[in-house]
Amino acid sequence: MAYKRTKILRVVNMERCIGCENCVIACSNIRLGKITPELSAIRVKSTGGIEGAAFSVIVCRSCEDPPCAKVCPTNALIAAEPRGIFYDERKCIGCENCVSACPYRAIYISPLTNKAVVCIQCGICTNFCPHNILQMVSVEEAE
Amino acid sequence: MASLKLSKVLYVDLTENKFWVEERPELFEEYVGGIGVAIKLLHEECPKGVDPFDPENPIIIATGPLNGLFPVMSKAVMTFKSPLNGALGESHAGGRLGVALSWAGYGALVIKGAAEDPVYLAIHGEKVRIKDARGLWGTSTQAVGRVLREIEPGSGVRSIIRIGPAGENLVRYANINVDSFRHFGRLGAGAVMGAKKLKAIVVSGTYRGEIPKEKRGEYYKLFKEIYDDIMNTEGMKKYHDLGTAQNVLVLNALGGLPTKNLRSGVFEHADGISGEYLAERLLIKKVACTSCPIGCIHVALLRQPLPGYDYETLFVSYDYEPLFALGSLLGVGNADGVLTLIEHTERLGLDAMYAGVALAWATEAMERGLIPEDHAMGLNLKWGEVHTYVRALEHIAKRRGKLFDLLADGLEKAVEEYGGKEFALIFGGNGMPGYHNGLATHLGYLIGARHSHLDNAGYSYDQGLLKSGESPPVEKIVDNLIKEEAWRCVTNSLVMCLFARKIYTKERVLRALNFAGYAFDQNKIIELGHKIYKLRWDFNIREGVRRADLMPPERIFETPSARGKITKEELLRGLNYFFEKMGIPE
Repeated sequence: MAYKRTKILRVVNMERCIGCENCVIACSNIRLGKITPELSAIRVKSTGGIEGAAFSVIVCRSCEDPPCAKVCPTNALIAAEPRGIFYDERKCIGCENCVSACPYRAIYISPLTNKAVVCIQCGICTNFCPHNILQMVSVEEAE
Repeated sequence: MASLKLSKVLYVDLTENKFWVEERPELFEEYVGGIGVAIKLLHEECPKGVDPFDPENPIIIATGPLNGLFPVMSKAVMTFKSPLNGALGESHAGGRLGVALSWAGYGALVIKGAAEDPVYLAIHGEKVRIKDARGLWGTSTQAVGRVLREIEPGSGVRSIIRIGPAGENLVRYANINVDSFRHFGRLGAGAVMGAKKLKAIVVSGTYRGEIPKEKRGEYYKLFKEIYDDIMNTEGMKKYHDLGTAQNVLVLNALGGLPTKNLRSGVFEHADGISGEYLAERLLIKKVACTSCPIGCIHVALLRQPLPGYDYETLFVSYDYEPLFALGSLLGVGNADGVLTLIEHTERLGLDAMYAGVALAWATEAMERGLIPEDHAMGLNLKWGEVHTYVRALEHIAKRRGKLFDLLADGLEKAVEEYGGKEFALIFGGNGMPGYHNGLATHLGYLIGARHSHLDNAGYSYDQGLLKSGESPPVEKIVDNLIKEEAWRCVTNSLVMCLFARKIYTKERVLRALNFAGYAFDQNKIIELGHKIYKLRWDFNIREGVRRADLMPPERIFETPSARGKITKEELLRGLNYFFEKMGIPE
């Protein structure tokens, strides 16, 4: 059966990010009830580049035909319709295939659980982004 | 009920090259965290009468139970014996350090001893390493930051704090640079790191713990309520808009903007260094400390021409205090000039405020002919001459030439040699902050345990009195300042950014603490504040601070303040009232 996505997380106007990391805190503390950056599916890093934005948000961008799902040997990551993935943590064996497959490096293996950490598109972080850089949009809008 | 209190103290001994962790739940139960824990640990770890540069003088950094849990709980507190005034060294910094320490599961870090050769400390959760930093010694704060970002893991979840040449050369007001544009600015923390041959500390968090299932609903509600209040009310707005730089024109209009070594409270060129000017012409972005949705760190573009059509482009963070200290206080009335000076203190690792106070004194002393020409490396300091001041800052950081070597030890050393004590803007050994608002302001500097305007906000009290037109007796002023400082001892134990003080009302602080498992009520929390306040002063008294050390410079009585002329008699009456009340020895 096909998993359907209706809304996905979008990162817009990255230049306006102030690096407060309330998204990081909301993802782990509020979504999971764990006080740690090591389970947060969203991360903020300084860019180190020489173009505009000071920060970049590292989070799943819901690829069409997601490469991570292709290399997952246990179907912990499954492609969703029309884009993005569904993640069943129970099936993850920590093989790291997805980590290198992801073009955004938005999946990592948590040292705490030895399982993949990836955004499940719940949108909690969008409530705590002071400049609305993180937004939940309908899949059609994201096209 | 499961608790979210902190309990672990990480001890590092640089002499012995070892570290260990102690479970100290009683310490955090009694003192919560932040300044409460840091002052208690300082009493434990700092031997009485020790030389501040002795390896036995510890560096203590504490975070709080709410760091990493609630918005704008974004600070870390450092204590040490200050090499500047030989008393309580206490400094606060934003950035990511407080949250990173909390994420790492530590309530506090105690650094003892001194390394033989330069080292840096890498703390990644439970993994602690003392690493070789010989090759990093001598670098600017920015260069060492770039190197450590490259060679250490934890991008996005780590904090990097480090010293520059000033700290290495034991300049007694060297600071510690925290992440980007934040600092343990005051009282010479950087020099204590330098004495330990400790160039930098990297902290990255792994796992602090779980929010108990039954409390997650309450957590979400409280988090959201606080966050929404920050975003939707006026409580923190000014810090985002113009930022603290807003104060330049406000203070100037009141006549409380210290200008040219406080010969005046009004600066004719204030417009050129104002928050408005900077925001409209040079501000390029604002960034935040971890957990703060406001983002008050204002970053300006400084474009310096090079030969041909080349430019050196620098990003410089500005706040009110460096704008006053390196701007109006030195007669520097143009934005590029003051940003250039801020940039140099940043690189060298100097407390911008004290550095400004020191140069302002030196400029006036030179004008009065107190300093022999051959003491000043050929420099003739003059109000507003930025490039001379740039060289002077470098001479101080590198202790070159008799005058600057003395200045590196603080103004008290310089006035012993040259005189000019009456116009050295020193309060309890610390350099003057940027407010000449009135009696409460200066009493606040003097009776604050670390002589900071943020101890008890006397400057703000004066501004309130200006508005209301009241003129309360000095005893009442002192009582209110003590009350405010005791409350700030509470918020500085959480550890909250003081800019969020309107968001975190007493009631909300109690709810947040209660959430973390503390059973304080209104009376008990205020009692704790007073206890911490007293412990801070006990340390000062233990280290020999006496009434005579708390006399203000004559200059403050000569130059009218925002609230008019300050009379010495009234100020001394207030001080004596404080001395009796707090038991400060003769």
